[in-house]
Amino acid sequence: MAFAAGVDVGSTQTKAVIVDEHRRIVARALTETGANVIRAAEQAFHQALAAGDLREEEVEYVVGTGYGRYKVTFGNTQVTEISCHGRGAVHMFPNTRTVVDMGGQDTKAIRVAPTGEILDFCMNDKCAAGTGRFLGAASSALDIPLDQLGPTALSGERPVKISTTCTVFAESEVLSWLGKGKKIEDILLGVHQSIAGRSAGLLRRVGIESEVTFTGGVARNIAMIKTLQNAVGQPLNVSEESHFMGALGAALFALDHILASRTPARQDA
Amino acid sequence: MATGTADGTIVGRGNADGARLFREWFAGLTAAAEAGRGSAYVFVMGSLAELLRTFDFPIVFPEINSLQTAVRRVAHEYLNEAEDQGYSPDVCGYVKADVATQLRGGALPMGRIPKPAIAVYTNACNTYIKWAEIWERMYKIPTITLDIPGSRAAGAQTWPGNPDFEHDRTYVLAQLRELIPVLERVSGVAFDIDRLREAMGHANTMNRMWCRALELNASRPSLFNALSDGTIYLGVANGFRGSPEGAKYFTELVEELEYKSAHGIGTLTNEQYRLLFVGVPCYPIFRRFTELFTELGGTFVGSTYLRFASGGANLGFEYDLAHPMESLAEGLLIGTRDAMDNMFFQTNILLEMLDQLHGDGIVYHPIKSCRTVSTGLADSRRALLAARDVPSLFIESDMMDRRVVSEAQLKNRIDAFFEGLASRRAQASIRER
Repeated sequence: MAFAAGVDVGSTQTKAVIVDEHRRIVARALTETGANVIRAAEQAFHQALAAGDLREEEVEYVVGTGYGRYKVTFGNTQVTEISCHGRGAVHMFPNTRTVVDMGGQDTKAIRVAPTGEILDFCMNDKCAAGTGRFLGAASSALDIPLDQLGPTALSGERPVKISTTCTVFAESEVLSWLGKGKKIEDILLGVHQSIAGRSAGLLRRVGIESEVTFTGGVARNIAMIKTLQNAVGQPLNVSEESHFMGALGAALFALDHILASRTPARQDA
Repeated sequence: MATGTADGTIVGRGNADGARLFREWFAGLTAAAEAGRGSAYVFVMGSLAELLRTFDFPIVFPEINSLQTAVRRVAHEYLNEAEDQGYSPDVCGYVKADVATQLRGGALPMGRIPKPAIAVYTNACNTYIKWAEIWERMYKIPTITLDIPGSRAAGAQTWPGNPDFEHDRTYVLAQLRELIPVLERVSGVAFDIDRLREAMGHANTMNRMWCRALELNASRPSLFNALSDGTIYLGVANGFRGSPEGAKYFTELVEELEYKSAHGIGTLTNEQYRLLFVGVPCYPIFRRFTELFTELGGTFVGSTYLRFASGGANLGFEYDLAHPMESLAEGLLIGTRDAMDNMFFQTNILLEMLDQLHGDGIVYHPIKSCRTVSTGLADSRRALLAARDVPSLFIESDMMDRRVVSEAQLKNRIDAFFEGLASRRAQASIRER
């Protein structure tokens, strides 16, 4: 049995996925990226190996992705997370034609062909408003753990309007709403709607085609799923593996390489 | 065969001569500044350099000065200085670098530029007009805006003989006739129509050769990179327009390119993807920006920049020397209009460039500093993609301001674009089997 791995070194977290030759996920791991990017990549990979009860030499090919992809020093090659998220999303949801990936420091809208080929993409530029970092700022300002942001926001009834385009200023805007006596859940719902609105704008730039798949760490946030669905006006595919979609795509590219290298060369007459 | 480089071949002569001419140009400007001579400040879109040089004005192109501060990695010093004076970070970076240059008495890394005695410019860029007002306030000089009618719609251009065109030509000609006495008064030099004819003749040669150079890049492999090499050519095309040196340079450049074409000498040893560039280059990381593409086998075979910033040279327009003033008006009208069309009505132009230059994809590069060239690029891209299924990349940075240029973000997008190009080529190959 051949195994392939993908290691997605993101700005906040590093993810690793190992697949077998039937494209089944056999192991996954997640670690904080921190300051030592090389070590984070190694750590995630070794944790995945341990989780799959595999030895390093059993993994024939490794693809690095994410901003730190060139720091996956044990990897065989690199592929951008744009291609990897597209590939992972089409693997999990074959009818996917549009992908929205929301990570720590960027949000991507990707239009894909049925083959997983990237047709077009668009990302936030120069600004983290509309990304996971924006939620992090709200979490910090309101002193609510990240995993509680979604459930709290969903109980909001009268969302405030968050108008800033700057993550740093968002924190002070949140505090100013608190000062005006607004409920925390209404402020949080406003924060989610603000991010959803920006992400929907990116999606419209590439063109929204059904089905739409939501990937990345923020896809675990239930309020983000709901507000984004409202913003784009259609349901979103969300996988249990959404957080690992980039690493999964990378692992699938790695598997392609293994399988291609086994294909006998064509004998032309 | 002419020789121009140390090893006796003509390959690389264009870039070497371009650098030499640039140094000579700035040596001349520095000498003029030290002598206290007043100069003519002009812009690249409709510079009228061929007319102004007949009045013996040293000619200063503030856009070229500003971009040079970015290429030489000192733009931030100039931008900060202008912002300290109250200019917003959102104001055009070219303007701010020039303001700081003026505050420094014309000091630039390449030399020193003389103060303006007059500014002559068109309405091709709305910022030109407000920019010149700064000099007007600083130096109390005459600033002349030539109002050039643009195209009313894509594909609606009129040509000589058409009543609309003739009205436009008459309108431009009247403005030129009003301009000449002002130039005589400011320069103290009498207008000499034979000198103008001579300068126009040199411009004719340059236009013809520039057009041929652009055509020659249809060669496989491509003969020059429209960004890195092309910007050198643009500097000469603007700074030496209407001069014998400019005409000679482009005649020899074409000779070099024809030699390279005949011998299969390209810019890359393994040219994989031929790309078009739309917009203004990323000067703060000029060389690196190009490398982000060439490292992956991509080269820019053409750009809208080589058209809208070439002073209309890309049209191959030739003045009628028997009727210099009428023809000057016609050339200014057609050239400036074409510059605007290359920014505002790009779709058909890009489709033609894709066909003529055998392009594999298009890179759109909107920049923060310049709303004029950037605002419509998203729409332009959408229109092009509706007309043709062609891979495209949309990346944003700036022409001057390093603070909004993120190499990591650019690289990520460029890498993904090339992954898409490779994937598309692989799919096409499978379909052909």
